[in-house]
Amino acid sequence: MGEKQFQGQALSWQVQSGVIELALHRDPCNELGTLSLGELERFAAALDELEKDAHALIVYSELKPGFCAGADLRELYQQSQTMEKSEALRGVRDFLERIHRVLNRIDAAPLTTIAAVHGVTFGGGFELALVCDLIIADKMARFCFPELRLGLIPGFGGIPRLKRDVGNAVIRDLLLTGRSFNAAKAQQIGLASQVVSEGEALRAARATAEQIGKFDRQTAAAAKQFIKPVPLEELRKEIDVFCELFSRPAVQAGLKKFVQSTDAQPYLP
Amino acid sequence: METAEKTLDEILTLAAAHFKVPREKLSPDEDFFKALGIDSLQTLDLLTKLENHFRVELPDYELQGVTDFRTLAARIQARL
Repeated sequence: MGEKQFQGQALSWQVQSGVIELALHRDPCNELGTLSLGELERFAAALDELEKDAHALIVYSELKPGFCAGADLRELYQQSQTMEKSEALRGVRDFLERIHRVLNRIDAAPLTTIAAVHGVTFGGGFELALVCDLIIADKMARFCFPELRLGLIPGFGGIPRLKRDVGNAVIRDLLLTGRSFNAAKAQQIGLASQVVSEGEALRAARATAEQIGKFDRQTAAAAKQFIKPVPLEELRKEIDVFCELFSRPAVQAGLKKFVQSTDAQPYLP
Repeated sequence: METAEKTLDEILTLAAAHFKVPREKLSPDEDFFKALGIDSLQTLDLLTKLENHFRVELPDYELQGVTDFRTLAARIQARL
């Protein structure tokens, strides 16, 4: 039974005029941990019903710092400290399998999906945006894949989905330098479909969703299915590579360093 | 072509306006974290503001260890 609306601790959703709005609101910047994943799974389960009456989905953040700062590294580190190494690794794989199921479901949804992003859109947050069909970026949005500094690769489907959208040289640049980049660059490399003034991303996403609503739903869904296949094989491979890397001591050291950092610029790789 | 002094002046004016600090209280060799009272996320905001204003791309690893406005201006000037 799909829930038409939901108010959770990490996110909420509602449907209005055929548009599902999924709002993220977990302090400090929508870090994706167990709580968020549970509510995202609830959303994915509700989608079967929700999408019967909708043509579009908008994902956005209600928090000032940004769209989403990525995986909850503090939770990941704390959990890995309380478990045996093999148990921690099983936990990580289970978490990845679960979040991949949710993101794959949203990726393939027969709706036009829009990420309205602002501020920090890092790591898992960037990966969540990449699941969507369109990214509409506030000009203060900033994107980054900082995982390499932890001794990891993005684990929520980032590389396969980035490969689907942009050239390999761009991916190498973003991944191997771990540098962040702004909305103008995101548009230049073909990731962001629109760049708007500060605070205007959600309004622009709603206008876009309204435009999409003028077209036949089945045609839009068929076009999406044709043009945007979910790269399932590579996504599976990504989980394996991530888990292989996660088992190394360097990752624990990297996580510890990040969690305990008092650096004024901990977000800079 | 912007001169280094003009670039520095524009950075100080922009930072003061964005973080609502009196312009006259900011000096070129000051630690901008302290002067503006900003954390890491706000530093990214400042970087984005500066990139948008000067229409440059400044990789954030070039800012590691940079704490004063003058060095920040030099990094931007090198990309104008």
